[in-house]
Amino acid sequence: MMPDLGKYAEAVLSSYAVSILLIAVLIAVSVRRSNRIKNELQEVEKKVKSNG
Amino acid sequence: MNLNAFWEYANPKKFIQTTDRLLPWFAGLAAVTLVGGLIWGFFFTPEDYRQGSTVKIIYLHVPSALMAINAWLMMLVTSLIWIVRRHHVSALAARAAAPVGMVMTVIALVTGAIWGQPMWGTWWAWDPRLTSFLILFLFYLGYIALWEAIENDDTAADLTSILCLVGSVFALLSRYAVNFWNQGLHQGASLSLDKEENVADVFWYPLLVCMAGFVFLFIALVLMRTRTEIRARRMRALLARERMGA
Repeated sequence: MMPDLGKYAEAVLSSYAVSILLIAVLIAVSVRRSNRIKNELQEVEKKVKSNG
Repeated sequence: MNLNAFWEYANPKKFIQTTDRLLPWFAGLAAVTLVGGLIWGFFFTPEDYRQGSTVKIIYLHVPSALMAINAWLMMLVTSLIWIVRRHHVSALAARAAAPVGMVMTVIALVTGAIWGQPMWGTWWAWDPRLTSFLILFLFYLGYIALWEAIENDDTAADLTSILCLVGSVFALLSRYAVNFWNQGLHQGASLSLDKEENVADVFWYPLLVCMAGFVFLFIALVLMRTRTEIRARRMRALLARERMGA
């Protein structure tokens, strides 16, 4: 199934590997921060409400 | 269309409610088009008669370069909205888009260098387009650092908006550098309304799908990150109020 990339295989594969890795890290960091801030805000709102 | 209805989305609560519904759609579209486009381009397109299999790098290089510039232009629009109308959501959207744009710029620079080595015999040249892209990357870094360095959100939004206006010159320069200076190693634009200047159809259609994938990915990430920035801002405000009350 893997296409024959010939003498440029290293260049093509490394381009895909670096790009996919960077996109995956960007998505992971964004989702993680989103969840963390959402939870922290809920905690703070609860605290503020309980303090009146 | 009533323009006032548009400004309702500047309300943080309304923005979060609306994007609750939109975000899954954009994330789904991004996943389908990006994965589909890359699989199509990598596995099911032929080699180019001049560039061999390196032509497959086009499916990453061109869409990421496109988004690197367009992300900055989106930041320019939202920064102008902040300067003129003082809507916090627009300033936070610009802040949210910067890291996404920076990663797109890095992908464009890295894939360009990897592609350039076998084609031009060098990883890097001080060519107009390459140099203006490097400067754009530095502007992204400076923009993100400025947001982090200033504690007051409104002051940070003011100063970063000005930096964004200045950086827009380089964003536009990156796009048109090849046309302004008819020199350097980089080829002309891969995308053109002129059919003869465009890449061949066999490469063009999967490239279009990949570009759509990068656009949807950008929208999904910016929506999610803007929601995060809105929540972070509210949290800072609540904590500040708590401290003042204590």
